Amino acid sequence: MVAFTLNGKAQTLDVNPEMPLLWVIRDVIGLTGTKFGCGMAQCGACTVHVDGTATRSCQTAVGDVEGAKITTIEGLSGKVGQMVQTVWAELDVPQCGYCQSGQIMSAAALLTETPKPTDEDINSAMSGNLCRCATYQRIRAAIHEAAHRLEA
Amino acid sequence: MLQSRFDPNTVRATRRQFLIGTTTAVGLVVGYKLIASDPARAQTAPAPAQPNPFQAYVEITPENKILIHSSQFEMGQGSYFGVATLVMEELGGDWAQVEVIGASGNPALYGNLAWGGIAQGTGGSTSMTSSWERYRKAGATARMMLIAAAAKAWNVPENEIDVASGVVSHQSGRRATFGELSTSAGELPVPDNVPLKSREQWSQIGSDKLKRYDSIGKTNGTQPYTIDVKMDGLLTAVMIHPPKFGAELVSFDAAKAKEFDGVVDVVQTPRGIAVVGRDMWSALKGRDLVTAQWDEKNAEQRGSAEILAEYQRLARGPAVATARNDGDVAAALSAADRVVEANYEFPYLAHASLEPLNAVARKDENGVIEIWGGHQMPDLYQAVAAQVGETTPDKVKLHVMKTGGSFGRRAVADADLIVEAVSTAEALDWKVPVKVQWTRENDMRGGRYRPAYVHSIKAGLDKDGKLVALHDHIVGQSILGGSPFAAMIKDGVDATSVEGASNLPYAIPNLKVELTTTDVKIPVLWWRSVGSTHTAYAIETFMDELAAVAKRDPVEFRLSMLEGHPRHAAVLRLAAEKADWNKPLPEGRFRGVALHESFSTYVAEIAEITFRSATDFTVDRVVCAVDCGIAINPDQIRAQMEGGVGFGLGAILQEELTLTKGIVDQENYDNYTPLRIEQMPRIEVHIVPSDEPPTGVGEPGVPPIGPAVANALRAATGRTIQKLPITKGLSA
Repeated sequence: MVAFTLNGKAQTLDVNPEMPLLWVIRDVIGLTGTKFGCGMAQCGACTVHVDGTATRSCQTAVGDVEGAKITTIEGLSGKVGQMVQTVWAELDVPQCGYCQSGQIMSAAALLTETPKPTDEDINSAMSGNLCRCATYQRIRAAIHEAAHRLEA
Repeated sequence: MLQSRFDPNTVRATRRQFLIGTTTAVGLVVGYKLIASDPARAQTAPAPAQPNPFQAYVEITPENKILIHSSQFEMGQGSYFGVATLVMEELGGDWAQVEVIGASGNPALYGNLAWGGIAQGTGGSTSMTSSWERYRKAGATARMMLIAAAAKAWNVPENEIDVASGVVSHQSGRRATFGELSTSAGELPVPDNVPLKSREQWSQIGSDKLKRYDSIGKTNGTQPYTIDVKMDGLLTAVMIHPPKFGAELVSFDAAKAKEFDGVVDVVQTPRGIAVVGRDMWSALKGRDLVTAQWDEKNAEQRGSAEILAEYQRLARGPAVATARNDGDVAAALSAADRVVEANYEFPYLAHASLEPLNAVARKDENGVIEIWGGHQMPDLYQAVAAQVGETTPDKVKLHVMKTGGSFGRRAVADADLIVEAVSTAEALDWKVPVKVQWTRENDMRGGRYRPAYVHSIKAGLDKDGKLVALHDHIVGQSILGGSPFAAMIKDGVDATSVEGASNLPYAIPNLKVELTTTDVKIPVLWWRSVGSTHTAYAIETFMDELAAVAKRDPVEFRLSMLEGHPRHAAVLRLAAEKADWNKPLPEGRFRGVALHESFSTYVAEIAEITFRSATDFTVDRVVCAVDCGIAINPDQIRAQMEGGVGFGLGAILQEELTLTKGIVDQENYDNYTPLRIEQMPRIEVHIVPSDEPPTGVGEPGVPPIGPAVANALRAATGRTIQKLPITKGLSA
């Protein structure tokens, strides 16, 4: 049995503790906003928050998140998270959109930790999130814009 | 991908061929044979001359939804938004009502008009060209039918009725929603020759305020992709493919795999072994426990280095086919004042779309096979599914999903994922729905790459520095060869191998483009901008070499050869102006320019770099000028240019797919490396105002970025990088 909190809801699951958190979230619990892209923490499509920290769920065994608070894109809330989502849509950041859950989770974690990120801060926080459509220019602009509005 | 200069007769022959085709001898086939089917049953009844938009293109539901059935596939490039914009311009709906659904199953309705309407498909950046009349007309016709229904119900003249923001109204104060009128409007005769708005009346087309209707779902996790399809009893299958292209399965042992809790079955399919689990992880764990023996006697055993060495040898010899031959190149070269030569080498490239390839198959209670997936070529997929599932195409229903990228990879002639999903479900006796889900490693090693090419180029300048002769000999695999589109190869020339060179706009009196097509068992495919991925690089970097030899400015040198090509010249002038081409840059910074037309869209890009050393440089800024005719969604044109630059930049800088003894060396994003955010330059896009019919933007932003960056590096180092990717060519 593994127990943790997902998007504010307590979960107690009878699963193999070695199963990656990604597949527990997608295939066992059935929340599909968190995406599979590489399976080895190279693309960031599977990014979730584990106790507030942006984490690649494809390389996190569910047994290692016992007792943790996990947030996925479906549960992203609060001022920062909502602002990131709002600005993301306003700037039409997504193209195919497949990586964007992970991008947004990384961006929200960055802005929570660093409310006024520099370009360098953005590079280091977002480098692990691949976007094959290369929407990076708008991702950068959206993070700056969200920071600006959150400051106001 | 497929160029717009289609010969409908060729396509007609082609279509018949793929419906009754035989197995092509490419790689992964294991005892799989296409079964002949009756082409007459490949589609439902032909559409009437004037299709009812209430059934075919624009469906207005009693719940007041506007459901637009898009012939064009959505993989991120914004085609659904573009199609919806055309409908909404004429219909007068409210965007909150809009939903776009991928249509399929009736080429008479959904055939790509840029391809003569023969087959449905998305490629070659043709979506707006194909949709421009069709979907505006559908919107206008639906509007007329709503007006007619209201006029009848209210007993007032049609010309007193107004339609705006999803409401039909009359000066008397009567009002109705689209939904309220939908049933009665749908029963009316379809009017002919409905007039379309004039340009001055447009409020949607060309509007910079319009936002993609589908962005919200892509920011909150609700947009479903094929990987997210849910249904009762759905199982997940992961694939084991042959280790080398062309290897065949001899036997396999799945005893241990089947013991793993969660593994349901392990079955053989025509394309490899499918390990079926109740979830992805169980299937993956099971896959690790399967052992298989392969017969490699017919497999490709060579590495990419050997293949390219062979291409180099071929490029020095005589070519097999001629794509263009103006004047007398040999004579002009021997009479030239100065002759310049270059030799270019391009690696295989992977599409590496972020959503690993997948498809879901099940059979419904009526025996209809349903397939959810990235159906970029739906007629073909329907036909192949019917053949594999031993039924007729009318018993195949495709559910067209938006996909996490494609870049060409979802338009594959052998319908790889369709074959796998149908055959796996069939191997399980259609008792349960099955999702075949590739891993990143399956994708990276699964073939269908941008082919490797070599260009051997020679040019002659006269004593005034005028380019008088150019000869390009291209060596590489054919994308169309061995595919259902092979009939499009004319006189030994696959247009996708030479496009971008054979249609060179520059006034060069003696110009010869030749081709030698090679025989390699590595499966290849169109990759965002196709032939232009290599021809633009070879030609446009060579132009800078020639300009340097002639001691002329690269922009002026190109402009001097563009008489009669005003659209090429205009984007080049615009980019140069916006990039301050004639102003000097600070020390350590350099510029490069490139110009290229692909798919009838004209793009010039100027790259600015900071150069410190061959291993330490950054691309800081890219100025892009684009002419794609009438700009339907200006912000999406910008988005596609930005994305095209990033996609092309990653490839040209650092992407390379290599093989050693027939085995692909790369497996995942750690050693196949698309661009990351820290490498993305600042991009400015300038759109040329135009009254020409709209053309596409999905691909044309890609070709110029490579040569623009290489030309900036040339400005810094004095040498052109001829071996790609750049990071390899610079250190070579």
